[in-house]
Amino acid sequence: MTKKELQRQKREEFIEENGIICLENVSKTYSKGAPALNNVSLSIRPGEFVFIVGDSGSGKSTLIKLLLRELTASGGSVYVMGQDLRKMSHRKVPQFRRNLGVVFQDFRLLKNINVYENVAFAQRIVETPVKEMRRNVPAILATVGLAGKYKSRPSELSGGEQQRVALARALVNKPSILLADEPTGNLDINNTWEIMQLLEEINAAGTTVLVVTHNMEIVNAMRRRVITLKKGVIVSDEEEGGYTDED
Amino acid sequence: MKISTLFYTIRQGFANIFRNKLFSLASIATISACLFLFGLFYSIMANFEHVVRTAEEGVSVTVFFHYEGKFPDGCETHTEGQVPDPERIEEIGQMIAARVEVSNVVFVSDDEAWDTFGRSYFGEDYREGFPDNPLEGEDSYQVYLSDVSMQSALVTWLESLPEVRKVRYSAVTANTLSGVNLLIAYMSVGIIIVLLAVSIFLISNTVAMGISVRKEEIGIMKYIGATDFFVRAPFVLEGMLIGLIGALIPLGVIYSLYNYALGYVTERFTALSAFLNFLPVRTIFNVLLPVSLGIGIGIGFLGSISTVRKHLNV
Repeated sequence: MTKKELQRQKREEFIEENGIICLENVSKTYSKGAPALNNVSLSIRPGEFVFIVGDSGSGKSTLIKLLLRELTASGGSVYVMGQDLRKMSHRKVPQFRRNLGVVFQDFRLLKNINVYENVAFAQRIVETPVKEMRRNVPAILATVGLAGKYKSRPSELSGGEQQRVALARALVNKPSILLADEPTGNLDINNTWEIMQLLEEINAAGTTVLVVTHNMEIVNAMRRRVITLKKGVIVSDEEEGGYTDED
Repeated sequence: MKISTLFYTIRQGFANIFRNKLFSLASIATISACLFLFGLFYSIMANFEHVVRTAEEGVSVTVFFHYEGKFPDGCETHTEGQVPDPERIEEIGQMIAARVEVSNVVFVSDDEAWDTFGRSYFGEDYREGFPDNPLEGEDSYQVYLSDVSMQSALVTWLESLPEVRKVRYSAVTANTLSGVNLLIAYMSVGIIIVLLAVSIFLISNTVAMGISVRKEEIGIMKYIGATDFFVRAPFVLEGMLIGLIGALIPLGVIYSLYNYALGYVTERFTALSAFLNFLPVRTIFNVLLPVSLGIGIGIGFLGSISTVRKHLNV
């Protein structure tokens, strides 16, 4: 068995035992003020659909940034897909992120290229052969319902359509985990439900989905696992949970 | 890196220039302006230096030897020093030629000296009034210098030779020329440093401004899993292309302007061009072309690579 195969096997064993996302006593303190996360431990199994909820300043964004390895924890350990992110070198981060789909509230599309190129961009980064790319991109655009708009620029699309492009871009490389940071924050109610339905379909296909949100209505309606953060601490973690003002 | 990725990077580099027209134009204009000033200054300085060097090449020291015998007009002979025989004169000639500051040594016999002098002052029939050579015994060496600032050292050495009767030279010319030379060297270095510093400052600011506008774009690329190289390569290529265009424009302008100025001076100031020998445009461009291209592309490269780096930590 080669060194790489051995490492992969170790990672798979770790995921089976501890989850695809595993935080052990994680703290994150910025230079000023109280800790953004304080002694947080959680485990998310492969294929789960999890909501992370909480007020502004509760530590949700910090958690997403830690999982993306945009930040490193001040204390404790963060494992994603069996990899210890605190020990990961800057050089290895791009490879790690390629197995992680991410969507943001503000879509973060490249404005000066069209829908097709925005999605293809993710494939170019992983050096997908052009022939394969020409199959994959239209297929994923069809999945998110945008097959007819591949030539449009992001500025020509509605908020919901832009978020679907972002989802297509996040999914085209078939990631194991999808992180969605307030994905419906800028959308009207109809688009919100369409995006959530898409996320459910993605999850049903086997991708682990982690959604950070403020939206009580969708959290309460979907009855999925809900982890509630308050002032950097997990105050509740419920299977088929809900979210109220009191949280 | 796959070929398709390489082509993609190149395509993006070109596309970026057109996407950010205003920034690209501002950068190209800045680089062009700086390199135009640099090229203009270099052309003037190179010509000035060339004129001084040509003048230097004409500066010579003449060495006369002791001679035993009577001059034809009955004047006293010079016998105080050691009178050299022809072999010794030749030996001294070799010694002079071996010195580092000497570029060329020409032996002028007394007959040749009288021939030149007679013809220029009395015309072709100069021998009619002077059956004998009035310059008999005035064998000399005409010594040309490669570095006029070392003339005094050479003169001191020549005067110390017992066979040497007289050394004729112009200290004023040598001092003036070496002073001008030094002044040109200092001015060149000073102005080039100032121009380069200004160029680097202006260009890196312009590049930084252009790239900071695309900070968000760089961030998105990094979130998706692009390597630093993948993010940086199109920007660096774009910077280098801007540098290249920014260098080619002033080179073209200077080429045309130089040829025009040369033609104008030669046509309008014939007397001036008789003693001022200007360098051909080809000689100027032998240096200016690679240096300008190097500076343009180099600044584009360094400016973009350092600015992109600031935004890579996402």
